[in-house]
Amino acid sequence: MMNWLQNLGRKGLLLFEGLGRAAIFFVGMVGGLGVALLRFRLTLREIYSVGVLSLVIIVVSGLFVGMVLGLQGYVNFAKFNAEESLGIFVALSLVRELGPVVTGLLYAGRAGSALTAEIGLMKTTEQLAAMEMMAVDPMRRVFAPRFLAGIISMPLLAAIFSAVGVLGGYFVGVGLLGVDAGSYWSQMQASVDFSEDIVNGVIKSAVFGVACNWIALYEGYDAVPTAEGVSRATTKTVVRSALAVLGLDFILTALMFGDI
Amino acid sequence: MTTRFIEIMVGAFVAVGCAALFMLAMKVSNLSTLSSAEGYHLTAYFENIGGLKVRSPITVSGVKVGQVTGIVFDPDRLQAKVTLLLEMDHDYFSTDTAASIYTAGLLGEQYIALEPGAEDETLKDGDTVEFTQSALVLEEIVSKFISNVASS
Repeated sequence: MMNWLQNLGRKGLLLFEGLGRAAIFFVGMVGGLGVALLRFRLTLREIYSVGVLSLVIIVVSGLFVGMVLGLQGYVNFAKFNAEESLGIFVALSLVRELGPVVTGLLYAGRAGSALTAEIGLMKTTEQLAAMEMMAVDPMRRVFAPRFLAGIISMPLLAAIFSAVGVLGGYFVGVGLLGVDAGSYWSQMQASVDFSEDIVNGVIKSAVFGVACNWIALYEGYDAVPTAEGVSRATTKTVVRSALAVLGLDFILTALMFGDI
Repeated sequence: MTTRFIEIMVGAFVAVGCAALFMLAMKVSNLSTLSSAEGYHLTAYFENIGGLKVRSPITVSGVKVGQVTGIVFDPDRLQAKVTLLLEMDHDYFSTDTAASIYTAGLLGEQYIALEPGAEDETLKDGDTVEFTQSALVLEEIVSKFISNVASS
């Protein structure tokens, strides 16, 4: 009984210790953002590795998600003779939910895991310690540029995902299944609101960008400096990022669209 | 990989992302139609607005000419006060224009249909539409129908 209690207590303390360290890490990273903006060349290189290299997977999955939405929406709307509403269905589900969320999940798998592995290996080979020896602050030199790059890339990737998805839905719905092109666009424009839907989608994806990068960088920074430790940290990044994205999505949806 | 190549790719990425956002704004959302939202306001009082909502469309002969911008209950008249925003170029509604709440399709959303009358004078900003017809509430029709059947 006492052992069980002790176990529980230790786990709780470890959890809070981890959260505290993550919070301190976050504050340090945000403190370095100004320097990252001043030396934008470093950030540019990171935008290339997390943003540009993720483009292929984002565009392809966006296209297929949009096409599936078009197909499924058509099959179900056709039962009610409401095929014209296909545009609303595709656009709203992509812009509000699927765009930011699926982009977040793909980003965690494609870019987040790479970030963790990179930072973890830097720690294992003591590059971070070497930087500190040379009076280079790794927060400013390593973490802040990567963090900033993620925050910049994520909304752009989500927007590309949604736009490509809408076109994919158009291709299937209008091109293959014969929904009227005019009503596809006009019904969409009539019910998608710019400030209500598009801007909220962008805000969502920016929040997911902050969460995914924070988790990825912190897990790398916190990794046990062995080969096994780095691999475990990479796994943790993907799992925790996915959970964070889905959990945050519910909270944000409730805040943004809950009252309608 | 040269710095130049990376910079070009990042530039292209940002450009494509902004283009996607622009497409979402102009082609998918109502921003392009909202830009002509400068117009004039009318008010109309209804006994029952049914399922009318803010941003419901206002049409003439099925063509959209504006949207509902506000719905409040007026305690003095004991009626629902609906504010209509009409586009500036549709300024030809005579003072005896009638406003009715209809439903698009059997289960579709509700909208306000305007029917211009015969007067020469036209409605100006802040005017009230005098002739209104409330929304049809399905339960009322059904109960009327049942009482008719019962009495006959």
